[in-house]
Amino acid sequence: MSARFGEFGGRYVPETLMSAVVELEKAYEASKKDRAFQTELAGLLNDYAGRPSRLYFAANMTEDLGGPRIYFKREDLNHTGSHKINNVLGQALLAKKMGKTRLIAETGAGQHGVATATAAALLKMECEIFMGREDVARQALNVYRMKLLGAAVHTVTGGTETLKDAVNETMREWTRRIGDTHYVLGSVMGPHPFPTMVRDFQSVISREAREQILSAEGRLPGAVVACVGGGSNAIGAFYHFIGDADVKLIGCEAAGLGADTPQNAATVTNGSPGIFHGMKSLFCQDENGQIAPVYSISAGLDYPGIGPEHAYLAKTGRAQYEAVSDSEAVDAFEYLSKTEGIIPAIESAHAVAYVIKKVERLAGPVIVNLSGRGDKDAASIARYKGVELYE
Amino acid sequence: MSKFISYITAGDPSLEKTKEFVEALSEHSDLIEIGIPFSDPVAEGEVIQAASLRALQNGVTPAKVFDMADTLDPAIRRKIVLLTYANTAFTYGYEAFFRRCRSCGLYGVIIPDLPYEERGEVAPFAGQNGIHLITLIAPTSADRVRTLAKDASGFIYLVSSLGVTGIRSELSVDLSGIVAQIREVTDTPVMVGFGIATPEQVNAVNAVADGAIVGSAFVKLIAEQGAAAAPHLSKLIKELTFHV
Repeated sequence: MSARFGEFGGRYVPETLMSAVVELEKAYEASKKDRAFQTELAGLLNDYAGRPSRLYFAANMTEDLGGPRIYFKREDLNHTGSHKINNVLGQALLAKKMGKTRLIAETGAGQHGVATATAAALLKMECEIFMGREDVARQALNVYRMKLLGAAVHTVTGGTETLKDAVNETMREWTRRIGDTHYVLGSVMGPHPFPTMVRDFQSVISREAREQILSAEGRLPGAVVACVGGGSNAIGAFYHFIGDADVKLIGCEAAGLGADTPQNAATVTNGSPGIFHGMKSLFCQDENGQIAPVYSISAGLDYPGIGPEHAYLAKTGRAQYEAVSDSEAVDAFEYLSKTEGIIPAIESAHAVAYVIKKVERLAGPVIVNLSGRGDKDAASIARYKGVELYE
Repeated sequence: MSKFISYITAGDPSLEKTKEFVEALSEHSDLIEIGIPFSDPVAEGEVIQAASLRALQNGVTPAKVFDMADTLDPAIRRKIVLLTYANTAFTYGYEAFFRRCRSCGLYGVIIPDLPYEERGEVAPFAGQNGIHLITLIAPTSADRVRTLAKDASGFIYLVSSLGVTGIRSELSVDLSGIVAQIREVTDTPVMVGFGIATPEQVNAVNAVADGAIVGSAFVKLIAEQGAAAAPHLSKLIKELTFHV
């Protein structure tokens, strides 16, 4: 299994962690050939998480925009409300087989934390979640859900107090306690084998979507659109279409207040190659390699890097990455709620916003990965709109 | 005779003071590590994280750290080991970074997030410029120890315990077994760091390895005493190296 996607990837972690990532790589390789493991995982994904997720034809939005036929891959209907459960069930089951008894994880929006806490409860494992102080404040409901599920939630106060700092602290915690602990990384980032392993667990999205669109339309999509923070839902949605050169792959990253302002998290648009969080990839950083304090209204996209496979797809031109601002995402959040009766996660709303904005450029049919549901965002979007609503 | 390595973060509270502190520590240090501040030092505990943040707020850059090193006495420069995260050296350009280390007359470089597997992209530039690229070995290295030690140059940085840098009340890992494995393949000195802060801990480490590395205890003193830290650093290093 290669540790690289072109020049990107690798495993830039302290020596203390090397034995753990090597052990993980071996265990993951073995699990791919372990029929009992694969059967158990498939059972969990189907019976517990509710897979396969539906591919839903958005008739109202298609009619309203007057462009190509638009489909939503409904990852928001998964148990725990997002695509995060696909990866978490895989990693948690693997950790259990490796004899680990404790799961730790970072979380931004809280979706990955909730998914990890859920898997830990199901598999009877200990669970500790690290979350930046700013995210704890804007995602209070998810903090409560994690605690309800039996996880301990640590508030991270260093640095920008968001997802990046939560990853820093979870990596530090892993170096303190490796023997019984697995770090359930939430995206296609970090040291090898995480970017490959997490992609494989998320690729169920495009494996299903490919069959579903062929069955519904008798042809492949013109484009697949997904939001990108670290990039796990996007790579999952892209993966089985990468070989189909005519399928456009479009990642939507967070422009925050604008990609040309200091307040954004648009890594491909503004970033440069670097080494951080265990990987060589693209990062928002200054000319001395100090990681930039990024911003997005979406806690899940508020990250200064991108997974190494996305950096590779961007560099080779196989996928394109477009910046979508806070206000465009909020408009799409409201639009989809009213038009289709679906409240999307503010992360996923970035992908919806791109389709609304660029509909005339898209050839159909278009698959939008609806990576999560928006219940968690209702209060913070209300506040953004000036409505005094607290959970 | 045991050796001693001290560590401080560059630019905390200022680069002028870093120069003064390095001079204060040099008499009793075989080598002095100077940390180039990084925004996200994942291998560091709270003490050095805070120092890095203060230094960055003071506008410290890698170029300014090199410029400060240039002003040190040449004999002190030959004792300097820069501690840098991979991204700092990568962004500076590996070739330019190590050329600058040579022009400063420095001893070596430690990159805590550059494990053996990724060493190949850096090591040639270190080698061409005669700069030691220091190998770290951890309590978890297990069957990796011999492979890592074989390629070591300068000294081996043996991490005393799991976790990040910082002061610990006790060191629980049995280091003598790891040192014995290292000794099978190399004579490169083995220096033990992470968590060491008292003369007793230094003595305990000296009994099993070639010496100790002390960082957070000095950085904490600097955090407490600020610009007036130099005499306090001198006093602490004398206590720590009294038996050396």
